[in-house]
Amino acid sequence: MRPLLQPRHRSMLVFLAGLAIFTIGVTIAAQFGLVSTSFVKTLGKTLCLCLAALAMDLIWGYAGILSLGHMAFFALGGYMIGMWLMYARTEEIVIASLMNSGLPATPEEVQQGIATQIFGVVGASDLPAIWGFAHSLPLQLMLVLAVPGVLALVFGWLAFRSRVTGVYLSILTQAMTLALALYLFQNDSGLRGNNGLSGLQNIPGMDAVGQETISLWFFWASALALGVVYVLLHAIVAGKFGSVIRAIRDDEARVRFLGYSVESYKLFVFTLTAVITAFAGALYYPQAGIINPAELAPIASIYLAVWVAIGGRGRLYGAVIGAAVVSLLSSWFTGGRVPSIPLGFATINWVDWWQVLLGLTFVAVTLFAPKGIGGVFDRLTGVHTPDRKGAPLGPDDGSLQEREAQQ
Amino acid sequence: MRLIALLLAFLFSSMSAPVLAQQAAQIVAENRDQIEKPSRQTIGPVITALAESGDPMADDILAAWEAKRLVIRKADGAMFISAPDGAGFTLTALDGAAAGTATKGEIVELKPNAGVRGLISTALVQFTLSDPDPVKRQAALDSIAKDPKAEALTPLRASIAGETDATLKAQKERLERLLTLRFDPDSAARVAAIDSFGADLGLDLRGALNPILATTIVAATEPPAANIDRTLRVGRDVDPVAAYEILVAAGLAPARLTLDVQRDALIANLKDGMVGGVALADLDSRAARDRAYTALEDQGAVPFAATDDEAAAALAAYQFYEVYTETDPAVTAAAKAALDAIGTKVGVMQTADLALDGLSLASIYFLAAIGLAITFGVMGVINMAHGEFITIGAYTGYVVQLYITDYTASIIVALPLAFAITFAAGVAMERLVIRHLYKRPLETLLATFGISIALQQILKNVFGTQARPLTSPAWLDGAWVLNDVVSISYIRIAIFVLALVFLGFFLWLMKRTRLGLEVRAVTQNPTMAASMGINPDRINMLTFGLGSGIAGIAGVAIGLFAKVTSELGTDYIVQSFMTVVVGGVGNIWGTLAGATMIGGLQKVIEFFNPSNTLAAQTYMILFIILFIQVRPRGIIALRGRAAGD
Repeated sequence: MRPLLQPRHRSMLVFLAGLAIFTIGVTIAAQFGLVSTSFVKTLGKTLCLCLAALAMDLIWGYAGILSLGHMAFFALGGYMIGMWLMYARTEEIVIASLMNSGLPATPEEVQQGIATQIFGVVGASDLPAIWGFAHSLPLQLMLVLAVPGVLALVFGWLAFRSRVTGVYLSILTQAMTLALALYLFQNDSGLRGNNGLSGLQNIPGMDAVGQETISLWFFWASALALGVVYVLLHAIVAGKFGSVIRAIRDDEARVRFLGYSVESYKLFVFTLTAVITAFAGALYYPQAGIINPAELAPIASIYLAVWVAIGGRGRLYGAVIGAAVVSLLSSWFTGGRVPSIPLGFATINWVDWWQVLLGLTFVAVTLFAPKGIGGVFDRLTGVHTPDRKGAPLGPDDGSLQEREAQQ
Repeated sequence: MRLIALLLAFLFSSMSAPVLAQQAAQIVAENRDQIEKPSRQTIGPVITALAESGDPMADDILAAWEAKRLVIRKADGAMFISAPDGAGFTLTALDGAAAGTATKGEIVELKPNAGVRGLISTALVQFTLSDPDPVKRQAALDSIAKDPKAEALTPLRASIAGETDATLKAQKERLERLLTLRFDPDSAARVAAIDSFGADLGLDLRGALNPILATTIVAATEPPAANIDRTLRVGRDVDPVAAYEILVAAGLAPARLTLDVQRDALIANLKDGMVGGVALADLDSRAARDRAYTALEDQGAVPFAATDDEAAAALAAYQFYEVYTETDPAVTAAAKAALDAIGTKVGVMQTADLALDGLSLASIYFLAAIGLAITFGVMGVINMAHGEFITIGAYTGYVVQLYITDYTASIIVALPLAFAITFAAGVAMERLVIRHLYKRPLETLLATFGISIALQQILKNVFGTQARPLTSPAWLDGAWVLNDVVSISYIRIAIFVLALVFLGFFLWLMKRTRLGLEVRAVTQNPTMAASMGINPDRINMLTFGLGSGIAGIAGVAIGLFAKVTSELGTDYIVQSFMTVVVGGVGNIWGTLAGATMIGGLQKVIEFFNPSNTLAAQTYMILFIILFIQVRPRGIIALRGRAAGD
């Protein structure tokens, strides 16, 4: 049998096939005007969220590190690409308006015009130093990966070096994203304070191309990215590296005594997932059109964990399914298109009560179905976890316990 | 001004040797023409004569004149003080005798202009300052203190000797010194007045001293004959752009060529696609535009304007001096020394104030975290819904106030009620969710987070998104003011006391009661505790309920000064976890130390960057992340068996 058709690769092939069919289907539907541009954008954004959830699954589901700060990397990636989008777009506008003023523009005038245009809203008229690379797309694309990557590297190194684990690490990552959000909320942070960056859906130099085409391009790019990253992560978790990080999840001390450098593995996974999340963010925000510091609020990262948990952690397709189902359901419920339920004494208006339903569902999933939606596939394919007759699966508090394994 | 000075000198000299009392009515009669058509230049002596007359009626006459109530009866030309009385006026003769009434048509009002009225009111100050009614004297003092004028000095001095009220006398003497140091013509007297204050912390003193030290920047080729503070070096003490603007303002240099002016001039001189010999298409750089402009200057087509080189040369040719507007060097030196001394003292006081602020913030954090210190610190259960318990407590206070309007009573009812409600919620949560997840802390975190978002949304649906009022009793309003720098509001003191009470309660509960003993036993080793006859399930339930209940009480306290919204608890949850983690899990003294450190440090950071509390929180969290590097187990780390591993 050829290696690719081995049973352990089957889920990946099924997933890729499904993704391809979905992408082609949406493209055809969009061509015939069956789905609106905004819905294509919603689907494209959802694919980006799935990508972030994949990363979250790698670090939480496989490596057992519950990071509550990964959406900070997502937003940072968005900010980095947003800086170029906003700069280049403003540059076009400024040059066009200076053309009409009688003299050809000097570089200083253009620079000044861009700065006033972008920063007038926070009362500044100079371009901050962090915008130094914003004029160049390649440099800024490099920053999309470099800034979150370096941040994750430094933060992870500090945290893992001092053996911060479990819930302490979760709280620490949550504090990190909160600190970053509070910092960006300031007007003098150099990223327009709580106004954030806007107008990102207008791609510079693409005015002739309509939004309906651009939205499809981004949809394809998101689908391609999701497929490529899925294959990459599948290769990682299916190989020896995957075995080591799963072992770290289940018994960190034992892996360390076997001679593995646990901290390096954790740091690598933390940084890799941060970079993937940032990449997802860089694809997401041009479709969303606007980014502001509220996107870094700790709650966003917790939702990421919620998606993975509901989808089923420890399996890559689970993360994708969870993110897609919950975020699409969420936008369906909060969009006000779900009929309210009259109860006689009160009416359940889903815009108000969806959050309650989500919270309680989440509690229920945690309590009764630790495998999430992924557990359904196990049941369908007849996969059962081995009955270990009560022997523990791992001594760590965070590892899978016997009761889960029986289900 | 000179006239006023003369007038004051006259007033002052005549104070010491009072002239024989003259009838006010007589003075008016003698100066009738001037009083009817007063001029600011010449009326001075008349007003002075009236003020000096010693006649009790002089006060009334001047007051009436100022208020445009001095009238002339048309019938006989006699002058009266009038008071509106229904449709007409009641008249009083100038010697105080009642003179019947008159209608509006029968009289003509004297309307002195604003300048004259100013002179009259100055003269009147001495009467109000010596008014028999202490309230009026106080009002007169306050008005002088609010708007200090040189003219007020003499009457103020005159009124001190006769002052009977000790408080007012002290106030008058202080005000006299404040006016002296600013307005006395005698330099020595001013220096003495400044020195007499020492390092007084009053804002009024700083308000009086600061104008003395006001400076202007003067450009000159050699030191001007003025009270010079210091010589400024361009680029170091004064910005070159600002310095050049001073030169331009003084007419010593031509205006600098701004980009906009240059641009407009170039566009205006555009001919056949060329400006000053440069093609239009080439004008896309500063250098090309400067070249074109210089060419235009040479042609005389545009006004001469300074380029950067010329500006630099002009700056080099001049010296810049910071010159006091106050001409007397002795006074400025004394004022500077006094302000320096005050500055040092203010610094010390500010440190004290900062310490108080930090302590009060620390007690808020401690209060928010003490419930967590039980559920997270002792039991090791991460409860992300802890913040919502705080919110529930605050909303309980709000609901109680809807039914009990007396604020004191409502708070007394709300505290135990909030405890009861959140205790019940905590017990329910422990029974239904948490006990199934004791071995899986990460799942506990997520499940309680699910509860948190559900609770928060339910609260939002019930109470709406706008802030609800939770009003503190009147006796908690106001602040304890130590001096102009150090003050602390009563509500913060109350929270501090409440935090201390909880600390005592926690210690008593854990160390002195059966429940505390059992809690400690169960958290250290549940199996062993169970075999000793303790029911771990029950203890866990009670402990969790207790921690939640304390969160409810903290919610009432926090709601008294924060906005009560459904997001109230969220604002404190991360800080609370930080407090417990930084302090050291499982130790109440650690939580106290953590709260003190976080609160104190946050205030210190805010002090250095007062406009920006967001940045303070950012740096605070960064600091905590780094602090965990140094002490991963917190300030007070448990050792040995109590540490649990």
